[in-house]
Amino acid sequence: MNDALDVALRLLVVFAVFLVLPLIVGQTEHKVMAHMQGRLGPMYAGGFHGWAQLVADGVKFAQKEDVVPAGADRRIFQLAPAVALLPYLLVLIAIPLGPGEGAVGQVIDAGVFFVLAVMGVGVLGSLMAGWASANKFSLLGGLRTAAQLLAYELPMLLTAASVAMAAGTVSLPGIVDAFEWWWLPWQIVGALVFFTAGLAELQRPPFDMPVADSEIIFGAYTEYTGLRFALFLLAEYAGIVVLCALTTVLFLGGWHGPVADGWVWTLLKTAVLAFVVIWLRVSYPRLREDQLQKLAWTLLIPLALAQIALTGIVKVAMN
Amino acid sequence: MTPASTALATAAAGAAERGFLSPTGVEIAFVLVGLATLGAAVVTVTTRQLVHAALWLVVALGGIAVEYLLLTAEFIAWVQVLIYLGSVIVLLLFGLMLTKAPIGRSPDADSGNRWVALGVAAVAASALVWVVVDAFRTTWIDLDGPVQGSTQVTGEVLFRHWVLPFEALSVLLLAALIGAIVLSRKDTADTAAAPADATDQGER
Repeated sequence: MNDALDVALRLLVVFAVFLVLPLIVGQTEHKVMAHMQGRLGPMYAGGFHGWAQLVADGVKFAQKEDVVPAGADRRIFQLAPAVALLPYLLVLIAIPLGPGEGAVGQVIDAGVFFVLAVMGVGVLGSLMAGWASANKFSLLGGLRTAAQLLAYELPMLLTAASVAMAAGTVSLPGIVDAFEWWWLPWQIVGALVFFTAGLAELQRPPFDMPVADSEIIFGAYTEYTGLRFALFLLAEYAGIVVLCALTTVLFLGGWHGPVADGWVWTLLKTAVLAFVVIWLRVSYPRLREDQLQKLAWTLLIPLALAQIALTGIVKVAMN
Repeated sequence: MTPASTALATAAAGAAERGFLSPTGVEIAFVLVGLATLGAAVVTVTTRQLVHAALWLVVALGGIAVEYLLLTAEFIAWVQVLIYLGSVIVLLLFGLMLTKAPIGRSPDADSGNRWVALGVAAVAASALVWVVVDAFRTTWIDLDGPVQGSTQVTGEVLFRHWVLPFEALSVLLLAALIGAIVLSRKDTADTAAAPADATDQGER
Protein backbone atom coordinates (compact mmCIF):
# COMPACT_ATOMS: atom_id res chain seq x y z
CA MET A 1 0.00 0.00 0.00
CA ASN A 2 1.47 3.39 -0.85
CA ASP A 3 2.06 6.00 1.83
CA ALA A 4 -0.56 8.59 0.92
CA LEU A 5 -3.31 5.99 0.74
CA ASP A 6 -2.17 4.50 4.06
CA VAL A 7 -2.26 7.89 5.79
CA ALA A 8 -5.65 8.75 4.28
CA LEU A 9 -7.10 5.40 5.36
CA ARG A 10 -5.80 5.77 8.93
CA LEU A 11 -7.19 9.30 9.21
CA LEU A 12 -10.53 8.11 7.85
CA VAL A 13 -10.73 5.31 10.42
CA VAL A 14 -9.79 7.68 13.27
CA PHE A 15 -12.43 10.14 12.06
CA ALA A 16 -15.07 7.41 11.91
CA VAL A 17 -14.19 6.31 15.46
CA PHE A 18 -14.37 9.95 16.53
CA LEU A 19 -17.89 10.26 15.12
CA VAL A 20 -19.29 6.91 16.24
CA LEU A 21 -17.91 6.19 19.74
CA PRO A 22 -19.08 9.48 21.38
CA LEU A 23 -22.58 8.86 20.01
CA ILE A 24 -22.58 5.34 21.45
CA VAL A 25 -21.47 6.72 24.83
CA GLY A 26 -24.19 9.37 24.62
CA GLN A 27 -26.91 6.84 23.85
CA THR A 28 -25.62 4.55 26.61
CA GLU A 29 -25.82 7.48 28.98
CA HIS A 30 -29.48 8.09 28.06
CA LYS A 31 -30.31 4.46 28.73
CA VAL A 32 -28.13 3.77 31.77
CA MET A 33 -29.25 6.95 33.52
CA ALA A 34 -32.87 6.16 32.77
CA HIS A 35 -32.67 2.63 34.13
CA MET A 36 -30.75 3.72 37.24
CA GLN A 37 -33.56 6.22 37.88
CA GLY A 38 -36.35 3.66 37.32
CA ARG A 39 -37.54 4.88 33.89
CA LEU A 40 -37.04 3.80 30.28
CA GLY A 41 -35.34 6.71 28.53
CA PRO A 42 -35.90 7.43 24.82
CA MET A 43 -38.07 4.65 23.29
CA TYR A 44 -39.56 5.91 20.01
CA ALA A 45 -36.90 7.27 17.62
CA GLY A 46 -35.69 4.53 15.29
CA GLY A 47 -38.07 1.89 16.63
CA PHE A 48 -35.91 -0.48 18.73
CA HIS A 49 -35.49 1.07 22.20
CA GLY A 50 -34.98 4.53 20.74
CA TRP A 51 -31.58 3.76 19.23
CA ALA A 52 -31.80 6.71 16.80
CA GLN A 53 -32.51 9.32 19.48
CA LEU A 54 -29.11 11.01 19.12
CA VAL A 55 -29.40 11.07 15.32
CA ALA A 56 -32.75 12.81 15.76
CA ASP A 57 -31.13 15.21 18.24
CA GLY A 58 -28.43 15.95 15.69
CA VAL A 59 -31.02 16.74 13.01
CA LYS A 60 -32.82 18.98 15.49
CA PHE A 61 -29.61 20.86 16.35
CA ALA A 62 -28.76 21.31 12.67
CA GLN A 63 -32.18 22.87 12.00
CA LYS A 64 -31.97 25.40 14.81
CA GLU A 65 -31.03 28.99 14.12
CA ASP A 66 -27.41 29.83 14.88
CA VAL A 67 -27.74 32.87 17.15
CA VAL A 68 -24.80 35.09 18.09
CA PRO A 69 -25.64 37.56 20.89
CA ALA A 70 -25.48 41.21 19.82
CA GLY A 71 -22.90 42.14 22.46
CA ALA A 72 -20.69 39.10 21.83
CA ASP A 73 -17.27 39.08 20.26
CA ARG A 74 -18.45 37.47 17.02
CA ARG A 75 -15.37 35.74 15.67
CA ILE A 76 -14.14 34.30 18.96
CA PHE A 77 -17.68 33.22 19.86
CA GLN A 78 -17.92 31.32 16.58
CA LEU A 79 -14.43 29.84 16.75
CA ALA A 80 -14.72 28.49 20.32
CA PRO A 81 -16.61 25.20 19.58
CA ALA A 82 -13.96 24.18 17.03
CA VAL A 83 -11.16 24.89 19.52
CA ALA A 84 -13.00 22.79 22.10
CA LEU A 85 -13.65 19.83 19.79
CA LEU A 86 -10.61 19.46 17.51
CA PRO A 87 -8.03 18.56 20.23
CA TYR A 88 -9.95 15.37 21.06
CA LEU A 89 -9.87 14.35 17.39
CA LEU A 90 -6.09 14.92 17.34
CA VAL A 91 -5.61 12.91 20.55
CA LEU A 92 -7.44 9.89 19.13
CA ILE A 93 -4.75 9.62 16.43
CA ALA A 94 -2.14 8.71 19.02
CA ILE A 95 -4.10 6.15 21.08
CA PRO A 96 -3.12 2.54 20.30
CA LEU A 97 -5.99 0.09 19.99
CA GLY A 98 -4.05 -3.14 19.56
CA PRO A 99 -0.48 -4.43 19.24
CA GLY A 100 1.62 -3.48 16.22
CA GLU A 101 1.77 -0.49 13.87
CA GLY A 102 -1.56 -1.36 12.27
CA ALA A 103 -3.75 -0.53 15.25
CA VAL A 104 -2.72 3.04 16.01
CA GLY A 105 -3.31 6.15 13.89
CA GLN A 106 0.25 7.37 14.23
CA VAL A 107 3.01 6.23 16.58
CA ILE A 108 4.22 9.36 18.36
CA ASP A 109 7.55 9.24 20.12
CA ALA A 110 6.48 11.34 23.11
CA GLY A 111 2.88 10.08 23.04
CA VAL A 112 2.01 10.69 26.70
CA PHE A 113 3.09 14.32 26.46
CA PHE A 114 1.30 14.73 23.15
CA VAL A 115 -2.07 13.55 24.44
CA LEU A 116 -1.93 15.52 27.70
CA ALA A 117 -0.70 18.68 25.96
CA VAL A 118 -3.37 18.59 23.26
CA MET A 119 -6.15 17.73 25.73
CA GLY A 120 -5.19 20.81 27.75
CA VAL A 121 -5.66 23.00 24.68
CA GLY A 122 -9.34 21.95 24.44
CA VAL A 123 -10.11 23.94 27.57
CA LEU A 124 -9.16 27.13 25.73
CA GLY A 125 -12.41 26.62 23.78
CA SER A 126 -14.48 26.85 26.97
CA LEU A 127 -12.54 29.93 28.11
CA MET A 128 -13.05 31.65 24.74
CA ALA A 129 -16.76 30.78 24.84
CA GLY A 130 -17.09 32.05 28.40
CA TRP A 131 -15.47 35.39 27.70
CA ALA A 132 -16.85 36.07 24.21
CA SER A 133 -20.51 35.46 25.14
CA ALA A 134 -20.79 38.83 26.94
CA ASN A 135 -22.84 37.16 29.66
CA LYS A 136 -22.01 37.11 33.36
CA PHE A 137 -23.04 33.47 33.76
CA SER A 138 -20.79 32.51 30.86
CA LEU A 139 -17.93 34.51 32.36
CA LEU A 140 -18.39 32.78 35.73
CA GLY A 141 -18.42 29.43 33.96
CA GLY A 142 -15.22 30.32 32.13
CA LEU A 143 -13.55 31.38 35.40
CA ARG A 144 -14.54 28.15 37.10
CA THR A 145 -13.31 26.15 34.10
CA ALA A 146 -9.90 27.83 34.26
CA ALA A 147 -9.56 27.39 38.03
CA GLN A 148 -10.55 23.74 37.74
CA LEU A 149 -8.12 23.05 34.90
CA LEU A 150 -5.23 24.66 36.77
CA ALA A 151 -5.93 22.50 39.81
CA TYR A 152 -6.44 19.16 38.07
CA GLU A 153 -3.86 19.31 35.26
CA LEU A 154 -1.01 18.75 37.72
CA PRO A 155 -2.13 15.44 39.33
CA MET A 156 -2.96 14.10 35.85
CA LEU A 157 0.53 14.89 34.58
CA LEU A 158 2.23 13.51 37.69
CA THR A 159 0.43 10.17 37.54
CA ALA A 160 1.08 9.86 33.79
CA ALA A 161 4.75 10.54 34.56
CA SER A 162 4.63 7.73 37.12
CA VAL A 163 3.52 5.23 34.48
CA ALA A 164 6.13 6.54 32.05
CA MET A 165 8.77 5.97 34.74
CA ALA A 166 7.52 2.44 35.34
CA ALA A 167 7.60 1.58 31.63
CA GLY A 168 10.81 3.46 30.88
CA THR A 169 9.24 5.11 27.83
CA VAL A 170 6.87 7.96 27.02
CA SER A 171 5.44 6.31 23.91
CA LEU A 172 1.88 5.01 24.38
CA PRO A 173 2.36 1.69 22.49
CA GLY A 174 5.68 1.30 24.34
CA ILE A 175 3.93 1.66 27.71
CA VAL A 176 1.35 -1.00 26.85
CA ASP A 177 4.09 -3.26 25.50
CA ALA A 178 5.94 -3.05 28.82
CA PHE A 179 2.79 -3.70 30.89
CA GLU A 180 2.76 -6.61 33.35
CA TRP A 181 -0.26 -7.71 35.39
CA TRP A 182 1.34 -6.66 38.71
CA TRP A 183 1.47 -3.06 37.51
CA LEU A 184 -2.23 -2.91 38.37
CA PRO A 185 -1.78 -3.03 42.17
CA TRP A 186 1.50 -1.09 41.85
CA GLN A 187 -0.07 1.84 39.95
CA ILE A 188 -3.63 1.64 41.34
CA VAL A 189 -3.39 4.92 43.27
CA GLY A 190 -2.06 6.66 40.18
CA ALA A 191 -4.89 5.19 38.09
CA LEU A 192 -7.56 6.47 40.49
CA VAL A 193 -5.97 9.93 40.65
CA PHE A 194 -5.62 10.08 36.85
CA PHE A 195 -9.22 9.05 36.24
CA THR A 196 -10.59 11.48 38.85
CA ALA A 197 -8.50 14.38 37.56
CA GLY A 198 -9.55 13.51 34.01
CA LEU A 199 -13.22 13.62 35.02
CA ALA A 200 -12.61 17.06 36.50
CA GLU A 201 -10.88 18.23 33.35
CA LEU A 202 -13.90 17.10 31.30
CA GLN A 203 -16.23 18.88 33.77
CA ARG A 204 -18.26 15.75 34.25
CA PRO A 205 -20.32 15.27 37.42
CA PRO A 206 -19.41 15.35 40.28
CA PHE A 207 -16.95 17.95 38.97
CA ASP A 208 -19.46 19.93 36.87
CA MET A 209 -19.26 23.16 38.84
CA PRO A 210 -18.33 25.16 35.68
CA VAL A 211 -21.64 24.21 34.03
CA ALA A 212 -23.76 23.91 37.20
CA ASP A 213 -27.22 24.44 35.71
CA SER A 214 -28.92 25.36 38.98
CA GLU A 215 -26.47 28.24 39.58
CA ILE A 216 -25.08 29.58 36.33
CA ILE A 217 -27.48 28.09 33.73
CA PHE A 218 -24.93 26.26 31.58
CA GLY A 219 -21.69 28.07 32.29
CA ALA A 220 -19.62 29.01 29.28
CA TYR A 221 -22.12 27.40 26.87
CA THR A 222 -25.18 29.36 28.03
CA GLU A 223 -25.44 31.54 24.89
CA TYR A 224 -24.86 28.77 22.35
CA THR A 225 -27.57 27.28 20.15
CA GLY A 226 -27.88 24.86 17.28
CA LEU A 227 -24.86 23.18 15.76
CA ARG A 228 -22.27 25.07 17.82
CA PHE A 229 -23.93 23.88 21.03
CA ALA A 230 -24.01 20.35 19.61
CA LEU A 231 -20.27 20.60 18.95
CA PHE A 232 -19.64 21.43 22.62
CA LEU A 233 -21.74 18.43 23.65
CA LEU A 234 -19.86 16.24 21.17
CA ALA A 235 -16.58 17.51 22.67
CA GLU A 236 -17.75 16.36 26.10
CA TYR A 237 -18.55 12.85 24.90
CA ALA A 238 -15.42 12.62 22.75
CA GLY A 239 -13.59 13.66 25.93
CA ILE A 240 -15.14 10.72 27.82
CA VAL A 241 -13.98 8.32 25.11
CA VAL A 242 -10.47 9.80 25.10
CA LEU A 243 -10.16 9.78 28.91
CA CYS A 244 -11.38 6.18 29.24
CA ALA A 245 -9.14 5.00 26.39
CA LEU A 246 -6.14 6.79 27.92
CA THR A 247 -6.76 5.31 31.37
CA THR A 248 -7.03 1.89 29.71
CA VAL A 249 -3.78 2.35 27.80
CA LEU A 250 -1.77 3.85 30.66
CA PHE A 251 -2.99 1.88 33.67
CA LEU A 252 -5.10 -1.12 32.66
CA GLY A 253 -2.79 -2.73 30.12
CA GLY A 254 -4.60 -1.77 26.91
CA TRP A 255 -4.82 -4.77 24.62
CA HIS A 256 -3.46 -7.25 27.23
CA GLY A 257 -6.14 -9.54 28.62
CA PRO A 258 -6.41 -12.76 30.63
CA VAL A 259 -6.84 -14.69 27.36
CA ALA A 260 -5.79 -13.82 23.79
CA ASP A 261 -4.41 -10.27 23.64
CA GLY A 262 -6.14 -8.06 21.10
CA TRP A 263 -7.94 -4.82 20.35
CA VAL A 264 -11.20 -6.19 21.77
CA TRP A 265 -9.75 -5.82 25.28
CA THR A 266 -8.95 -2.14 24.74
CA LEU A 267 -12.51 -1.46 23.59
CA LEU A 268 -13.99 -3.54 26.40
CA LYS A 269 -12.01 -1.79 29.15
CA THR A 270 -12.80 1.61 27.62
CA ALA A 271 -16.50 0.73 27.58
CA VAL A 272 -16.46 -0.36 31.23
CA LEU A 273 -14.75 2.89 32.24
CA ALA A 274 -17.26 4.91 30.22
CA PHE A 275 -20.02 3.11 32.13
CA VAL A 276 -18.33 4.15 35.39
CA VAL A 277 -18.27 7.77 34.18
CA ILE A 278 -22.03 7.64 33.55
CA TRP A 279 -22.63 5.84 36.86
CA LEU A 280 -20.79 8.59 38.75
CA ARG A 281 -22.98 11.21 37.10
CA VAL A 282 -26.11 9.51 38.37
CA SER A 283 -24.88 8.69 41.86
CA TYR A 284 -22.75 11.61 43.11
CA PRO A 285 -23.89 15.13 44.03
CA ARG A 286 -21.96 18.07 42.64
CA LEU A 287 -18.88 19.20 44.57
CA ARG A 288 -18.84 22.82 45.69
CA GLU A 289 -16.12 25.08 44.26
CA ASP A 290 -13.99 25.14 47.44
CA GLN A 291 -14.42 21.37 47.88
CA LEU A 292 -13.23 20.93 44.30
CA GLN A 293 -10.07 22.93 44.90
CA LYS A 294 -9.46 21.28 48.26
CA LEU A 295 -9.77 17.80 46.78
CA ALA A 296 -7.21 18.58 44.08
CA TRP A 297 -4.59 20.39 46.13
CA THR A 298 -4.76 18.51 49.43
CA LEU A 299 -5.62 14.98 48.29
CA LEU A 300 -4.92 14.25 44.63
CA ILE A 301 -1.55 16.01 44.30
CA PRO A 302 -0.04 14.46 47.47
CA LEU A 303 -1.35 11.05 46.35
CA ALA A 304 0.17 11.54 42.90
CA LEU A 305 3.52 12.53 44.43
CA ALA A 306 3.39 9.49 46.72
CA GLN A 307 2.70 7.31 43.67
CA ILE A 308 5.75 8.74 41.91
CA ALA A 309 7.88 8.04 44.98
CA LEU A 310 6.56 4.46 45.15
CA THR A 311 7.20 3.94 41.44
CA GLY A 312 10.75 5.24 41.83
CA ILE A 313 11.50 3.01 44.85
CA VAL A 314 10.18 -0.15 43.20
CA LYS A 315 11.97 0.70 39.96
CA VAL A 316 15.31 1.17 41.73
CA ALA A 317 14.79 -1.93 43.88
CA MET A 318 14.15 -4.04 40.77
CA ASN A 319 17.36 -2.97 39.05
CA MET B 1 30.02 10.58 22.47
CA THR B 2 26.27 10.93 22.53
CA PRO B 3 24.20 10.14 19.45
CA ALA B 4 23.26 13.81 19.31
CA SER B 5 26.78 15.17 19.17
CA THR B 6 27.85 12.59 16.57
CA ALA B 7 24.83 13.43 14.48
CA LEU B 8 25.51 17.15 14.85
CA ALA B 9 29.14 16.63 13.84
CA THR B 10 28.16 14.72 10.69
CA ALA B 11 25.50 17.30 9.96
CA ALA B 12 28.05 20.10 10.29
CA ALA B 13 30.40 18.27 7.94
CA GLY B 14 27.59 17.86 5.42
CA ALA B 15 26.63 21.52 5.68
CA ALA B 16 29.46 22.59 3.41
CA GLU B 17 27.71 21.12 0.37
CA ARG B 18 24.41 22.86 1.10
CA GLY B 19 23.39 26.25 -0.13
CA PHE B 20 20.66 28.74 0.69
CA LEU B 21 19.45 28.98 -2.89
CA SER B 22 17.72 25.62 -3.25
CA PRO B 23 15.57 25.25 -0.14
CA THR B 24 13.79 21.97 0.60
CA GLY B 25 10.11 21.74 1.44
CA VAL B 26 10.82 21.56 5.17
CA GLU B 27 12.95 24.71 5.01
CA ILE B 28 10.23 26.61 3.16
CA ALA B 29 7.67 25.45 5.73
CA PHE B 30 10.02 26.53 8.52
CA VAL B 31 10.33 30.04 7.11
CA LEU B 32 6.58 30.36 6.48
CA VAL B 33 5.66 29.20 9.99
CA GLY B 34 8.31 31.57 11.34
CA LEU B 35 6.74 34.50 9.48
CA ALA B 36 3.28 33.55 10.76
CA THR B 37 4.64 33.32 14.31
CA LEU B 38 6.31 36.71 13.99
CA GLY B 39 3.11 38.22 12.59
CA ALA B 40 1.04 36.79 15.45
CA ALA B 41 3.58 38.10 17.96
CA VAL B 42 3.43 41.61 16.46
CA VAL B 43 -0.39 41.56 16.57
CA THR B 44 -0.19 40.37 20.20
CA VAL B 45 1.62 43.51 21.29
CA THR B 46 -0.16 45.96 19.01
CA THR B 47 -3.83 44.94 19.27
CA ARG B 48 -5.99 47.13 21.48
CA GLN B 49 -8.25 44.28 22.59
CA LEU B 50 -6.85 42.62 25.69
CA VAL B 51 -8.25 39.11 25.31
CA HIS B 52 -7.43 39.12 21.59
CA ALA B 53 -3.81 39.78 22.56
CA ALA B 54 -3.85 36.67 24.77
CA LEU B 55 -5.39 34.60 21.95
CA TRP B 56 -2.85 35.85 19.39
CA LEU B 57 -0.20 34.81 21.90
CA VAL B 58 -1.68 31.29 21.61
CA VAL B 59 -1.01 31.41 17.86
CA ALA B 60 2.54 32.71 18.36
CA LEU B 61 3.43 30.08 20.99
CA GLY B 62 1.80 27.35 18.91
CA GLY B 63 3.85 28.49 15.91
CA ILE B 64 7.02 28.07 17.97
CA ALA B 65 5.90 24.53 18.85
CA VAL B 66 5.51 23.79 15.13
CA GLU B 67 9.04 25.15 14.53
CA TYR B 68 10.38 22.76 17.17
CA LEU B 69 8.57 19.92 15.41
CA LEU B 70 10.14 20.89 12.09
CA LEU B 71 13.55 20.85 13.83
CA THR B 72 12.71 17.22 14.89
CA ALA B 73 12.59 18.22 18.58
CA GLU B 74 9.30 16.45 19.20
CA PHE B 75 9.52 16.25 22.98
CA ILE B 76 10.31 19.96 23.32
CA ALA B 77 7.39 20.79 21.02
CA TRP B 78 4.83 18.90 23.14
CA VAL B 79 6.22 20.35 26.35
CA GLN B 80 5.89 23.80 24.76
CA VAL B 81 2.21 23.11 24.04
CA LEU B 82 1.64 21.61 27.49
CA ILE B 83 3.27 24.39 29.51
CA TYR B 84 2.61 27.50 27.44
CA LEU B 85 -0.72 26.82 25.69
CA GLY B 86 -2.19 24.54 28.36
CA SER B 87 -1.11 26.36 31.51
CA VAL B 88 0.40 29.83 31.01
CA ILE B 89 -2.30 31.01 28.60
CA VAL B 90 -5.06 29.55 30.78
CA LEU B 91 -3.60 31.43 33.76
CA LEU B 92 -3.38 34.59 31.66
CA LEU B 93 -7.01 34.29 30.51
CA PHE B 94 -8.07 33.54 34.10
CA GLY B 95 -6.39 36.77 35.21
CA LEU B 96 -7.95 38.75 32.36
CA MET B 97 -11.42 37.41 33.19
CA LEU B 98 -10.98 38.48 36.81
CA THR B 99 -10.38 42.04 35.58
CA LYS B 100 -13.63 41.87 33.56
CA ALA B 101 -11.67 42.59 30.37
CA PRO B 102 -14.31 44.22 28.17
CA ILE B 103 -15.34 43.04 24.72
CA GLY B 104 -13.99 45.52 22.19
CA ARG B 105 -11.18 48.02 22.54
CA SER B 106 -9.54 49.01 25.81
CA PRO B 107 -7.99 52.42 25.09
CA ASP B 108 -6.97 52.88 28.72
CA ALA B 109 -4.76 49.77 28.59
CA ASP B 110 -1.98 51.71 26.85
CA SER B 111 0.77 52.58 29.33
CA GLY B 112 2.44 55.24 27.19
CA ASN B 113 5.78 53.44 27.24
CA ARG B 114 5.39 52.35 23.64
CA TRP B 115 8.79 53.58 22.40
CA VAL B 116 10.74 52.41 25.44
CA ALA B 117 9.13 48.98 25.07
CA LEU B 118 10.02 48.93 21.39
CA GLY B 119 13.63 49.74 22.21
CA VAL B 120 13.88 47.02 24.87
CA ALA B 121 12.23 44.50 22.55
CA ALA B 122 14.61 45.37 19.70
CA VAL B 123 17.68 45.00 21.92
CA ALA B 124 16.46 41.70 23.42
CA ALA B 125 15.53 40.30 20.01
CA SER B 126 18.83 41.25 18.41
CA ALA B 127 20.80 39.77 21.32
CA LEU B 128 18.86 36.48 21.10
CA VAL B 129 19.12 36.28 17.30
CA TRP B 130 22.83 37.05 17.45
CA VAL B 131 23.46 34.33 20.09
CA VAL B 132 21.49 31.68 18.21
CA VAL B 133 23.00 32.53 14.82
CA ASP B 134 26.51 32.60 16.27
CA ALA B 135 26.00 29.28 18.07
CA PHE B 136 24.71 27.29 15.11
CA ARG B 137 25.87 29.15 11.98
CA THR B 138 25.41 26.63 9.13
CA THR B 139 24.52 23.50 11.06
CA TRP B 140 22.05 21.34 9.17
CA ILE B 141 19.86 18.66 10.66
CA ASP B 142 20.03 15.39 8.76
CA LEU B 143 16.32 14.57 8.32
CA ASP B 144 16.96 11.17 6.73
CA GLY B 145 19.12 9.79 9.56
CA PRO B 146 18.00 8.82 13.08
CA VAL B 147 15.87 11.47 14.81
CA GLN B 148 18.12 13.94 16.60
CA GLY B 149 15.53 15.51 18.86
CA SER B 150 13.74 12.39 20.13
CA THR B 151 12.85 12.10 23.80
CA GLN B 152 15.72 9.72 24.43
CA VAL B 153 18.36 11.98 22.87
CA THR B 154 16.96 15.07 24.60
CA GLY B 155 16.98 13.28 27.95
CA GLU B 156 20.53 11.99 27.52
CA VAL B 157 21.88 15.41 26.54
CA LEU B 158 19.94 17.14 29.32
CA PHE B 159 21.01 14.84 32.14
CA ARG B 160 24.58 14.26 30.96
CA HIS B 161 25.82 17.62 29.69
CA TRP B 162 23.33 20.12 31.07
CA VAL B 163 22.46 18.60 34.42
CA LEU B 164 23.95 21.47 36.49
CA PRO B 165 21.94 24.27 34.78
CA PHE B 166 18.89 22.00 34.94
CA GLU B 167 19.19 21.51 38.70
CA ALA B 168 20.02 25.20 39.25
CA LEU B 169 16.87 26.16 37.34
CA SER B 170 14.73 23.78 39.38
CA VAL B 171 16.05 25.34 42.60
CA LEU B 172 15.24 28.77 41.17
CA LEU B 173 11.69 27.66 40.34
CA LEU B 174 11.29 26.19 43.82
CA ALA B 175 12.39 29.50 45.32
CA ALA B 176 9.86 31.33 43.14
CA LEU B 177 7.12 28.90 44.23
CA ILE B 178 7.87 29.37 47.92
CA GLY B 179 8.08 33.12 47.41
CA ALA B 180 4.65 33.14 45.76
CA ILE B 181 3.16 31.14 48.64
CA VAL B 182 4.71 33.50 51.22
CA LEU B 183 3.43 36.57 49.37
CA SER B 184 -0.10 35.21 49.02
CA ARG B 185 -0.27 34.17 52.71
CA LYS B 186 1.02 37.50 53.98
CA ASP B 187 -2.21 38.94 55.36
CA THR B 188 -4.03 35.76 56.36
CA ALA B 189 -3.08 36.36 60.01
CA ASP B 190 -5.48 39.33 60.19
CA THR B 191 -8.36 37.58 58.46
CA ALA B 192 -7.78 34.06 59.75
CA ALA B 193 -11.45 33.62 60.62
CA ALA B 194 -12.78 34.20 57.08
CA PRO B 195 -10.86 31.45 55.22
CA ALA B 196 -11.64 29.00 58.00
CA ASP B 197 -15.35 29.45 57.25
CA ALA B 198 -14.80 29.19 53.52
CA THR B 199 -12.96 25.87 53.72
CA ASP B 200 -15.54 24.35 56.05
CA GLN B 201 -16.66 21.04 54.61
CA GLY B 202 -20.39 21.67 54.98
CA GLU B 203 -22.85 19.13 53.66
CA ARG B 204 -21.65 16.64 51.09
